[in-house]
Amino acid sequence: MSMESPLADRRFAVNRGQLIRRLREVLPAQALLVEEEDLRPYECDGLTAYREVPLLVALPDSEAQVQAILKVCDELKAPVVARGAATGLSGGATPHPDGVLVSLARLKRILGIDPLSRTAVVQPGVRNLAVSEAAAPYGLYYAPDPSSQIACTIGGNVAENAGGVHCLKYGLTVHNVLRVRGLTIAGEVVEFGSAALDSPGYDLLALVTGSEGLLAVITEVTVKLTPRPELAQVVIASFDDVRKAGDAVASVIAAGIIPAGLEMMDRKAIHAVEPYVNAGYDMAAEAVLLCESDGTPEEVAEEIERVTAVLEDSGAAGVRVSQSEAERLRFWAGRKAAFPAVGRMTPDYLCMDGTIPRKHLAEMLEAIAELSTKYRLRCANVFHAGDGNLHPLIMYDANQPGELARAAAFGAEILELSVRFGGTITGEHGVGIEKIMLMAEQFSLAEIAAFHRLKAAFDEGGLLNPGKGVPTLARCREYTQARAGRPAISPEG
Amino acid sequence: MTTTIDSLRERVNQTAASGGRLVIRGGGSKSFYGRPEQGDPLEVGDWRGIVAYEPTELVVTARAGTPLRDLAAALAERGQWLAFEPPRFGDGATVGGMLAAGLSGPRRQAVGAVRDFVLGVRVLNGLGEVLSFGGRVMKNVAGYDVPRLMAGSLGTLGVLLEVSLKVLPRPVAEKSLRFSVAEAAALRMLNEWAGRPLPISASAWHQGVLTLRLSGAAAAVAEAHRGLGGEALDDASAETFWEDLREQRHPFFAGDEPLWRLSLPSSAEPQQVLGPTLVEWGGAQRWLRGGDARTIRAAAVAAGGHATLFRADVASRAEVGVFQPLSEPLARIQRRLKHAFDPHGVFNAGRMYPDF
Repeated sequence: MSMESPLADRRFAVNRGQLIRRLREVLPAQALLVEEEDLRPYECDGLTAYREVPLLVALPDSEAQVQAILKVCDELKAPVVARGAATGLSGGATPHPDGVLVSLARLKRILGIDPLSRTAVVQPGVRNLAVSEAAAPYGLYYAPDPSSQIACTIGGNVAENAGGVHCLKYGLTVHNVLRVRGLTIAGEVVEFGSAALDSPGYDLLALVTGSEGLLAVITEVTVKLTPRPELAQVVIASFDDVRKAGDAVASVIAAGIIPAGLEMMDRKAIHAVEPYVNAGYDMAAEAVLLCESDGTPEEVAEEIERVTAVLEDSGAAGVRVSQSEAERLRFWAGRKAAFPAVGRMTPDYLCMDGTIPRKHLAEMLEAIAELSTKYRLRCANVFHAGDGNLHPLIMYDANQPGELARAAAFGAEILELSVRFGGTITGEHGVGIEKIMLMAEQFSLAEIAAFHRLKAAFDEGGLLNPGKGVPTLARCREYTQARAGRPAISPEG
Repeated sequence: MTTTIDSLRERVNQTAASGGRLVIRGGGSKSFYGRPEQGDPLEVGDWRGIVAYEPTELVVTARAGTPLRDLAAALAERGQWLAFEPPRFGDGATVGGMLAAGLSGPRRQAVGAVRDFVLGVRVLNGLGEVLSFGGRVMKNVAGYDVPRLMAGSLGTLGVLLEVSLKVLPRPVAEKSLRFSVAEAAALRMLNEWAGRPLPISASAWHQGVLTLRLSGAAAAVAEAHRGLGGEALDDASAETFWEDLREQRHPFFAGDEPLWRLSLPSSAEPQQVLGPTLVEWGGAQRWLRGGDARTIRAAAVAAGGHATLFRADVASRAEVGVFQPLSEPLARIQRRLKHAFDPHGVFNAGRMYPDF
């Protein structure tokens, strides 16, 4: 079963036969998939609740081929959806039924690593972790580390402005990318940013980062590499009350400490991961915090001592410090396995991605618990607590009538609450199709209209990833009217 | 008359209707920067005040006319600051001007630029609409990243009303070191050091002397000092040195000769043919005095970067332009972006490029 797709809003009259003929002129035979059975595997990304079979799938292996595809699609007014490893969780790479899905998976070469300037030039289909592996001999790595880093690609990371567990200290993708080379829908080569730290004119590099494939198709990326710290250690603290854990996060920051990572898991998440990976988490805890320190051995020793003191003062029931690299990795293994561990407990789950000011963490958890009762669905919570980014995992069974709709409504209420708390509907996963209607919760009609004008500056015909990211004004009005009929949720709970 | 959003909006609407132009002015400290523009002044310096500051959230929100000195004082009370060390170039410097100019200080090489710290903006566009983008949280990917687009846009996209910024704790310890070394060797050292986990927060090379600043935990700074050697500066002279550099009070910046800023890959070769230089940001920012615009711009492009005529008289700025010319299709995209925010061309006409 799948949800009704918002992509139905934007339909395009495309002559499939003509499109196939024209693309066959510019692509080798094996680079174009046209049979239903070949198209089917591309029907969704990590957001499996939404599925669409694309009109065609193209598998270019060079920028020139991508360019040729775009020129044909632009001329025939066929929509284009670019896709990397399709690990995204918001449906950003869900195909359009009238368009060409362009998989950039074959553009997977690391074009160069320059240890002196600490940069790597890579094609968009290169996996996130592969960059760090290639840079390792020089003592360097690529800092952003989304949970999917084994599989996700740099092109997708740029399109979504991916984060990870270390971004409080090391930044998001936008802070770690110097240059993006890409193509406009018309097939023109564009370079945003450069090998220098800034570029003349408007900061298009920042604009294209996180633009979810709506502005350009990425063909090459220059990323910054970071020296690997000499040492990293993690402190794990258990709490008998989520509020204490939330307050402990604020206290760490108030003490002037910016940890390399600061993560939180609630009881349900702990109970999902501990039997699965034996990370050593306290099964009696209501919440655990993971706080990582990295740097020189002297620096780490000093910071760990301060963090430990703050956590103990905040009422932690137990505090442990990793005593070896193996133990540090084991403590992290639990956090990193949270999604698959929850996946073992339920046929399906939706992962939310709101970000809120940290001070509302405890309130938010309490509100989620109430919503869990209201919607009769379980929810486990993992947070990038350091930056207030929440990942509630709502468990449901798509084969039970009505459960997906209940899960979606549950998720929508969490995100509405995130906006009320002064936060956002998405911290790092993107809007895609999943949260497109909730954009109307966060932005006014005038702001949405400004987004459409901005998009048109790059893609006047609206052919790049249509129906994603920004809702139509008509849909926003509908949403606002429907919304007015429902009682507002009070942040107080 | 006191400035209100309504009064600003009314001015914008009237000006747009009459086909006029406005020059947005905060403290006027950076009016030297950019091409000479045409229009009636729109004073926004009175639209000031810190709207929200929560140290444990690491976020501050201030009205655009808030003086940077006031913001810095409020942050200092809680042991925090704007880590990218924005230059002020005058006592009147404001938060809005800081973002619009997009300039960062010596610490840029270590922590990032103003664009890396802006989280949200409230802006009055050329249609008289008050729009909010981004927010007050660290991570936010809902909608296009308009807040970062505002960094360095020189007021050409709208009137900044409110800015939310990420703030950081001040480092516990700092130590500045001096080395006698030629330019090419200094560049190599800087790039090699940057590839090691050292707490380097700033660097400057000029006339055979490399000055390096270490910042961070006391233990890390002491350890790096031991490893790198060099002659240590006393704390007071170090503070003066970096502040003078940030504010361009260093002797290199004295006099009326045109000042060029080259933004290059940090490992680019010395640009000796262009004349004496002052190198910052680990090699990524290089300053020059005087010289032929065409030669300098060509050299910057050949080295993988670009050149800005940072300070010069009005006539030169109008004649040779301030920013590296854009090639198509980037120029077209930028013109359209300008149009998307300011369709009537009301704001800061010509400040960035002659056609917008």
